[in-house]
Amino acid sequence: MLLATQVCTFYVDKQMFGVDVKSVQEVIRYQDMTDVPLAPESVVGLINLRGQIVTAIDLRRRLGLPARAPDQLPMNIVIRNDDGAVSLLVDHIGDVQEIDEENFESPPETLQGEAGELIQGAYKMKERLLLILDTERAMNVSAIVD
Amino acid sequence: MFVNDPELLNDFVVESIEHLANVESQLLTLECFTEEVNIPLVNKVFRSVHSIKGAAGFLGLGVVEKLAHRGEEVLDLLRNNEMKPTCDVINTLLKAMDRLKNLLETIDTSNEQDVSEHVDALVELMSVANSGSSTENEEPPDVCQIAPPQVGSPASSIHPETLREFLIEGYDNLEQLERDLVALERDPTNQELLNGIFRNIHTIKGTAGFLAFHSIESLTHAGEDLLGSVRNGQIELDNEMAAQLFVMIDIARRYLTAIETTGAEGTEDCTAFVQQLKDLASTRTGGASTSFPGARSSTTCSTSLPQPRPTSAGATKPVPPVSELTGNVVAVPVPNTDSPLTDKTITPEANASKLVPSAAEPKSSLNLEPTGHSAAESTIRVDVALLDKLMTRVGELVLARNQIVQFTNASGDNDLLNASQRLNLITTELQEGVMKTRMQPIGNVWAKFPRMVRDLAAICGKEVRIEMEGKETELDKTIIEAIKDPLTHLVRNTVDHGIEKPAKRVEAGKPMEGCLYLRAYHEGGQVNIEISDDGAGLNLNRIKDKAIERQLITAENAARLGERETAQLIFLPGFSTAETVSNVSGRGVGMDVVKTNIEKIGGTVDLQTELGRGTTVKIKIPLTLAIIPALIVTCQNNRFAIPQISLLELVRLEGEQATACIEWIQGKPVYRLRGRLLPLVYLDQVLKTAKPNTTPSEIVNIVVLRADERQFGLVVDRINDTEEIVVKPLSKQLKGVPVYSGATIMGDGKVALILDVLGLAHCSKVLSKKRERASLDNVARSKELGQNSQTLLILATGSNRRIALPISQVARLEKIDVESIEYTDDREVVQYRGEILPLIRLANALGIEDDFEPVDGLMNIVVYCEKDQSFGLVVNRIVDIVETALELTRHGHRPGLLGSSVIQEHVTDIVDLPAIVRQLEFSSELVAQNSI
Repeated sequence: MLLATQVCTFYVDKQMFGVDVKSVQEVIRYQDMTDVPLAPESVVGLINLRGQIVTAIDLRRRLGLPARAPDQLPMNIVIRNDDGAVSLLVDHIGDVQEIDEENFESPPETLQGEAGELIQGAYKMKERLLLILDTERAMNVSAIVD
Repeated sequence: MFVNDPELLNDFVVESIEHLANVESQLLTLECFTEEVNIPLVNKVFRSVHSIKGAAGFLGLGVVEKLAHRGEEVLDLLRNNEMKPTCDVINTLLKAMDRLKNLLETIDTSNEQDVSEHVDALVELMSVANSGSSTENEEPPDVCQIAPPQVGSPASSIHPETLREFLIEGYDNLEQLERDLVALERDPTNQELLNGIFRNIHTIKGTAGFLAFHSIESLTHAGEDLLGSVRNGQIELDNEMAAQLFVMIDIARRYLTAIETTGAEGTEDCTAFVQQLKDLASTRTGGASTSFPGARSSTTCSTSLPQPRPTSAGATKPVPPVSELTGNVVAVPVPNTDSPLTDKTITPEANASKLVPSAAEPKSSLNLEPTGHSAAESTIRVDVALLDKLMTRVGELVLARNQIVQFTNASGDNDLLNASQRLNLITTELQEGVMKTRMQPIGNVWAKFPRMVRDLAAICGKEVRIEMEGKETELDKTIIEAIKDPLTHLVRNTVDHGIEKPAKRVEAGKPMEGCLYLRAYHEGGQVNIEISDDGAGLNLNRIKDKAIERQLITAENAARLGERETAQLIFLPGFSTAETVSNVSGRGVGMDVVKTNIEKIGGTVDLQTELGRGTTVKIKIPLTLAIIPALIVTCQNNRFAIPQISLLELVRLEGEQATACIEWIQGKPVYRLRGRLLPLVYLDQVLKTAKPNTTPSEIVNIVVLRADERQFGLVVDRINDTEEIVVKPLSKQLKGVPVYSGATIMGDGKVALILDVLGLAHCSKVLSKKRERASLDNVARSKELGQNSQTLLILATGSNRRIALPISQVARLEKIDVESIEYTDDREVVQYRGEILPLIRLANALGIEDDFEPVDGLMNIVVYCEKDQSFGLVVNRIVDIVETALELTRHGHRPGLLGSSVIQEHVTDIVDLPAIVRQLEFSSELVAQNSI
């Protein structure tokens, strides 16, 4: 399934997620953002990352989870992709963890809808489940053109 | 032998195509002076073709070599004045060069292609010229021909630029040679290296020989012979040979230095060394000398040339025929004499016969050190990708600079302020500098036009002269690329449609030869390009007819168009006035592509024409795409950048004006801008960021924008400033949002979105249809587009009658108090802006039953202006403004009605306001007459 043995973990609404550590460009604290009116719902703004303009996607919105508490500032995980970089807003960052293919399981059938498509599967860690996020799909939001 | 080295081959193709580009323009120039042949120019052409031939032969490209060789032979005849550069000759040559270029472009299959047509044509030219005289040289081409006797005359004019090129190339080649030799020493069997070295040395020899630098020629020739044997496998390179070759390079370099400083090779004599090299070659090959086919040595050289060529040693020099050339001698500096430079007044004959004074050891003689910059160091070639990267970095630096300047201004620290000012200055200079590196003169694009115009003119049977002004005007490389096609279209169109046939021109009292005039100049941070002709001009009526015939526009619409608008019709997709579709143009694709492409890079196209006098197409384009001037506005605490190019003006309404001057038509706000209704668009509403229940603000800022020939006012909270912004693309997540074209980073480090004015206009329905002019094949759609340009004001009058009139005829919309109506001469009038405004009851004028009852004592008036007189049209209700395709059907013949159409699912009458007014004036005149 996942070739990398190391994943960068983070938390969104108490769930632990992981992405391939190699796809992560950097992790930065919350940045001021520029609103983008008319943008797709999960796009929350644009960040100036040392002269590079990065689009920020709120994973809570993307996964259809309730909004963050107003006093809770999200973290940015900047993911490299073909056309630049995209930042995923998460609640907080976890450790980089080793994963073992043996513990992998595909998502259960009950996982339906948008959120289900974004999760590639789960690693059964000691204390909890580590959900692997399909970053390509997570970033694949496009505007509704009227 | 086919050298299977793609890189080598690629270099050859690139180089050769460059050569051919020059050849083309040179041939065209030659054609202009058939009486007196411009020998130096012919020499240039000859040299280019010759290098192609030589390299092709070396690379085993037989067909290319064959064709180039025949071309070279014809050029040789021209050079020797045995042939005149008549139209025919130049034509054949041009065609051959075209074919040659074609071969080069398909180099992989070039050896299988058939070029006999061109070869035959060239041979025929030669046989005509040669008839009776010398027999033709049927032998395969031999490189030794490159020492053309003609230019052996020392003073034959070498253009300073040619000389410079030769020097740059020479130094480069020598350097390369040195590197390769070092490498070869380590790896003596490396065939590729050896080939490279051979080719290199051959090039030096060839050009030196051609420019009559005979010492270099004989020197390199000897080296070439030696290497030829190595290449052939007859001998193997050893240390001694390599050492000798290095010495050869050193001597050659000294010659070049001498040429650079004094213009001549100087007094250093290399005959002894040349002999040494020859001896070396012959001893190693066992006295077999150098006569093997592959080496192209001079000893196998055929001698059927007009003059015997000098032998390799350069010991005896033939006296070239200089009769025609002596005229040039005086005018040109004497850079290429073998004799010492002091002997400047020497005649070619005398000089040629005067042999090189033999000096002793090559090394002990002249030892000229180059002073200052040598020519080879003055230019370098840089990868465009690197420049692009630099450009991005500089863009970022500009942003960082903006930030620093902002901070320091706030801090008030003087030292910091000074430092930041310097940073500011340097950054600006750096930005300009980097931008300059990407700039190219527009002449690069124009260079191909003379040829194109010439060929087109010939096909169309016209005579066209092309004139250019501002060739040196520079533009960003990306923009140069983008305007290439549009300009080509325009030039082609001008020759095909614009300029008349000679007979017609004479009839019109114009000179036979038409003139195509290209002009480029900078103006206000933009580049203007004009393409003018003194041809027939556009027949506007015919354009209207054609547009109607091709159903691009309705007759009704056409009647309303002014001159300028009519001329713009030719930019519609599918438009062409050409009676027949020629292979030049007239397919109706072209002008719309021109417009689309120019607009794509933020440019505009304008067309002015005068029947019988000519047409001028004016293109305005930005200097660069990466950094653009923009207006920064604020809306709901978000900043947005609006590209200056779509900006027309700014309007600020304060206090009472803010509420009073904005009027509403069915909930759609409009503003009267100098008497015309300007639809208003609230940015916060379009972006859906408007906060509900806000009180109307005291100040209204209107940014008047132009989108695709239509104007609208964008209402924003605040207008900040204009700024140079660095355009950055949006990520794919946001590509689908039509109102943004990109983003930029502001001075404070925050991101601001760049508004796409066209997208904004669509979103706010200022423009009703998606603009899709790019698709040429879709004439059906373009038909729709042509008709759709109608915006109508829908009114209600009488009982349930819907009336529409073009909004372009509406000056203002007013509400007036019924009480204010006064009477004069039995007509209803109101006082309006200090004038008397006659009222027309539209229902009455149209003969409709009127059951009108004013609401709250107010009446709706549509103000219509004709000439200097305004009229107020009394209507029941103003319903809407729609943009729609008008398809009129006429039923009755009631005056004042153009017809009816179904608009918004209702039958709507379209009124003819001018007719109604005329009717009224007529009746008032009657009244006036009756009362007398």
